[in-house]
Amino acid sequence: MDELLKLLKKNALETPEDLAKMLGLPVAAVKARIAEYEKSGVIRGYQAVVNQDQLDINLVTAVIEVKVTPEREGGFNHIAARISKFEEVQSLYLMSGTFDLLIFISGQSLKDVAFFVSDKLATIPGVISTSTHFMLKTYKDHGVLMETEDEYERLKVSP
Amino acid sequence: MNGSKSRPDRIASHVRTMPPSGIRDFFDIVSTMKDVISLGIGEPDFVTPWHIRESAIYSLERGITSYTSNLGLLKLRQALAGYVERVFGASYNPANEVLVTVGVSEALDLAMRAILEPGDEVIFHEPCYVSYGPVIAFAYGKPVPIQTDPQGGFVLTAAQVAAAITPRTRAIILNYPNNPTGACLPEAELKAICDLAVKHDLIVIADDIYAELSYDHPHVSAASLPGLKDRTIFLHGFSKAWAMTGFRLGYACGPADLIGAMMKIHQYTMLCAPITSQEAAIEALKHPDQDINGMKAEYQRRRNFIHASFTEMGIPCPRPAGAFYAFPNIAATGMTSKAFAYGLLDEEKVAVVPGTAFGPCGEGYVRCSYATSMDQIKEAMVRFKRFAHKRLAAKA
Repeated sequence: MDELLKLLKKNALETPEDLAKMLGLPVAAVKARIAEYEKSGVIRGYQAVVNQDQLDINLVTAVIEVKVTPEREGGFNHIAARISKFEEVQSLYLMSGTFDLLIFISGQSLKDVAFFVSDKLATIPGVISTSTHFMLKTYKDHGVLMETEDEYERLKVSP
Repeated sequence: MNGSKSRPDRIASHVRTMPPSGIRDFFDIVSTMKDVISLGIGEPDFVTPWHIRESAIYSLERGITSYTSNLGLLKLRQALAGYVERVFGASYNPANEVLVTVGVSEALDLAMRAILEPGDEVIFHEPCYVSYGPVIAFAYGKPVPIQTDPQGGFVLTAAQVAAAITPRTRAIILNYPNNPTGACLPEAELKAICDLAVKHDLIVIADDIYAELSYDHPHVSAASLPGLKDRTIFLHGFSKAWAMTGFRLGYACGPADLIGAMMKIHQYTMLCAPITSQEAAIEALKHPDQDINGMKAEYQRRRNFIHASFTEMGIPCPRPAGAFYAFPNIAATGMTSKAFAYGLLDEEKVAVVPGTAFGPCGEGYVRCSYATSMDQIKEAMVRFKRFAHKRLAAKA
């Protein structure tokens, strides 16, 4: 992956000025490349990584394994596109193995999630079966640890 | 208490007369202060990669807690020989040409004690790591420092070496990529210096501890030059490239007679390097490139950033080609290195090491380690600029 993308994936808040210094490029060139990535859709958005467990909110997250019948034309894409349009669906992947689609979904309550599965997901033509797992705790998300370990302090000056 | 008096000279004179390390007093002040951003640290900020730590833990679980062969575990020496051949292009026999030591520091001490008669001279270049002179002196040798030229990017020249050689010269220490300047030695200069070593029958001590952290050109070791292997003691270790400073693990490669002599001292003094560290090192050598390249890429970005920052604020700073140090020139502030470092610490809570800690020719410079997080470096540069510009304005 391009160095610029690597840096942005690690910290999207890096300023073009700092990125330019790190990469040894002119600021204008960095800005232009970011704009190009945004325009072409390589960069699809910027988000904060939030530890929801720390917030006093009701949020239920579940992972659903879905078996579907692929369609003659379009394979899994058509049904996947249909499922991904639901706002509750946070992520959706096509998987190898014993099921086909993996869905990350969040809702306000168990009831919300159950309703989504029974009323919306399971009723879509082509969906054969679903298996829902509720998440209990997040330890790491997007490569970021959700708990800060006490950092061992190095000597402040050493030769 | 019987009131008996001890001899005033009970500390040996060569130890008594050795001045304490130039950064000791500075360290004492920094360590009492809170919320200091330190660019004064000569070790990686990365933690040792997990798979290496895990294999050390696993070795403890299996009860591997014994002494090893004096030379070090054979399996480790074999892996080291393979690594050195692949990366540095010098081949050594694991049976008698590789010695595992407690860091490069021990290996350097062993090398000095193995080759020096009292009064023998050892040439080394300054600014340099703080221990070269003392280690030579503790082995009853005579340190012969050469002041490298800032205009020449702190690169040692063959002409300087030629001028320093006397009939008593026994060895020359080379340390590039360099601590504290970040300079690398061009291959042509290395060859010319090594030709002198052959001509005058000198031993070359190649302290290549920062070899993997060479950003612009692959590092060339003296050990790899034709005809040099028989007179070179190659020193390397796990501290920098693998972020394993606390494991204290280094090694020396060289001709069997020199390694044998070093081993003799090592077996009677250190016995062997800790087995847990040796087990970790075996793991480190299984897939070294992935660990090293990830950290190297990060150091390189920081190198670019810190160099660009100094340039932008108008502080001349040679572009570091290796290691993880920048060595900016602060002479225009009218301050000495020491006054600058103390002032910066006092006013802006940023710790840098005065260049003079690494030799008198470091005057006018401070060493800034970029082995710390990018966020810390960014904030440190803001504060450095504020401090430096205040002093420059006051002087103008």
